[in-house]
Amino acid sequence: MQESIDSTRLGANRTGMQTSPVLGKAMLDNTEIDLVEPTMDPQPLAEVRADYIRDADPLGSVPPPATAKGMAKSGMKMMTGNRPQAFVDKLAERLAYERGGTRLYDAAIVKFAEYSDELQGVTVADLEQIRDEEADHAALIMECIEELGADPTAQTPSADLVGIESMGLMQAITDPRTNLAQTLHALLLAELGDEAGWETLIAFAEQIGQSEMVTRFREAEQHEQEHVFKVRGWYESLTLETGELV
Amino acid sequence: MALTLFEDRGTPLDRQRFTWREMAGKPISKLDDDAFTRVRVILMNGLENEALRFSHAAARLNLELRLPLAEVRRVEQHQATMINWLLGADHSPLETTIGYEQVAIEITAALAQQEPDAYLAQNYRFGLLEDFDHMYRYSALLDRLEGKDSNNILQSYTDVMPGRPTVVEHRAPENDLRRPFDRTTAAPLTKLNALTLTAAEHQTHDYYMNIGPLFADPVARQLYAEIASIEEQHVTQYESLLDPSQSLLENWLLHEAMEVYNYYSCVQSEPNTRIKAIWERMLNYELGHLHLVGELFKKHERRDPQEIVGERLPDPIPFESQREFVRETLAREVDLRPHGPDFVSLEEEPQSSIDYRNQLNSQGSPSETVAAGYVWRPGTELSRKVVNL
Repeated sequence: MQESIDSTRLGANRTGMQTSPVLGKAMLDNTEIDLVEPTMDPQPLAEVRADYIRDADPLGSVPPPATAKGMAKSGMKMMTGNRPQAFVDKLAERLAYERGGTRLYDAAIVKFAEYSDELQGVTVADLEQIRDEEADHAALIMECIEELGADPTAQTPSADLVGIESMGLMQAITDPRTNLAQTLHALLLAELGDEAGWETLIAFAEQIGQSEMVTRFREAEQHEQEHVFKVRGWYESLTLETGELV
Repeated sequence: MALTLFEDRGTPLDRQRFTWREMAGKPISKLDDDAFTRVRVILMNGLENEALRFSHAAARLNLELRLPLAEVRRVEQHQATMINWLLGADHSPLETTIGYEQVAIEITAALAQQEPDAYLAQNYRFGLLEDFDHMYRYSALLDRLEGKDSNNILQSYTDVMPGRPTVVEHRAPENDLRRPFDRTTAAPLTKLNALTLTAAEHQTHDYYMNIGPLFADPVARQLYAEIASIEEQHVTQYESLLDPSQSLLENWLLHEAMEVYNYYSCVQSEPNTRIKAIWERMLNYELGHLHLVGELFKKHERRDPQEIVGERLPDPIPFESQREFVRETLAREVDLRPHGPDFVSLEEEPQSSIDYRNQLNSQGSPSETVAAGYVWRPGTELSRKVVNL
């Protein structure tokens, strides 16, 4: 099995032109490269993109509460502001992100166990704690969506989009070829996004007068700040260490 | 050394087995493996998919052969899986596309030079210049969408510059049909080459049709739509070179021989020992298939399979850069256009093709849009100076 240091060993990387100078020269001698200034004409591409943006439909919609009963007991009517569904959409985004984040840690824990001797003083239990807190946050958000009379099983537009945004992180973490340091880098990106997401959600909850949710969300945000601190520390120490090892 | 087709009987069908662990094995390295290893992987996946496609069509037309077709097809399915899963997940779909076009350019160029029939060779050179242009357009997209240099995939083996412009490749269907070879006089190599390129282009078409909608960017979605349409034309062209009077069993026999020939060529050229062992295993499996179909051919058609596929395989396909041949062909033949089954000068192109593409391009040309002002530069067009070699 490889170690984290293996990902930066010198080897037969063939992607650069200096690996094969003869072929590389041949690539250059048949092009019309302006050696001083590249010739770019981004306008036609931008125009097509703009045309499609103007014509585009949204990803989808936020579903209304399913029943009149749901509406009646809905905490939505207690909210200030005209569009409570915008808050439901951001709650659903957090729910999707926290569920996805839990699965990222499920995969990362397996990798950590295989590299467990690389990070001194860190145990599987440390990662499991973060994983469980992500799952707790998902449960918290689910409760909040239900309290508002909305559907916690629905995938709203923002929930859909964080799934797309996270696809690369999932690919990076689940690839058996990525080592612990590389896995931690992807986790760090996930945690930074998570922290920013909670900040926005808290601001939103304050704006619409959901003070009880604000209190609960602040606790979650505190966890996320701790996650960022820990993961960043692990990532940095392992990465800097690979520059010293021989 | 040429392989003697009917002396080595290969692996018997009942010993051709796989596990899921084997099929989803270790991928190649996008960074460290030679680009031609990826070329072989993509090509052989294409051939296995052609085997599946042909076998299903054959099974619909023949009750008696359904069981042997199903038995061989199951193995082909797992061969296709084992090979296609060699592509690592760090290839973005667009980077894999660059690999597909490298296959189209380098393999078509290699086969065009070894093709004994001048008319078929002309067809291959014609298709080559169109795929060459696709490489340029997709390189522009890779640069402008993902900020990546297509030469990281190409490893300097294949030029990136305009060919026959994709915008003028759209033709009326009657101008994509060619004259087939004559099964009674064509050399076995001619039949194998035509099947190889039909297979390769067909999988390219299917790949673009599958991944095109995965892109969010409208320019990418349009470009895949456009080039997939050209690949459909290419399949139509290459497929029309096959003699339709070949019997079903004759066709099956040739498909197996084509796979044997290509795996044999892979074995000869593969530097990665782990991948080479896979090619050797697949070669033995295909020899097993060839013998099984050979026996069926003798039984049902009372003919000698060697009459169809020859006694020995031709020299292996060279998996190496065909840069000079491509450049010469580009300089000589970029302005050729098809008129029915013949190739004519630019001015003589039939009005039917011009009308057809004018309508298709009437709301803009994706391939022109994506590559406006694009000149490939090492390290992408964002690099401020050309790398010093």
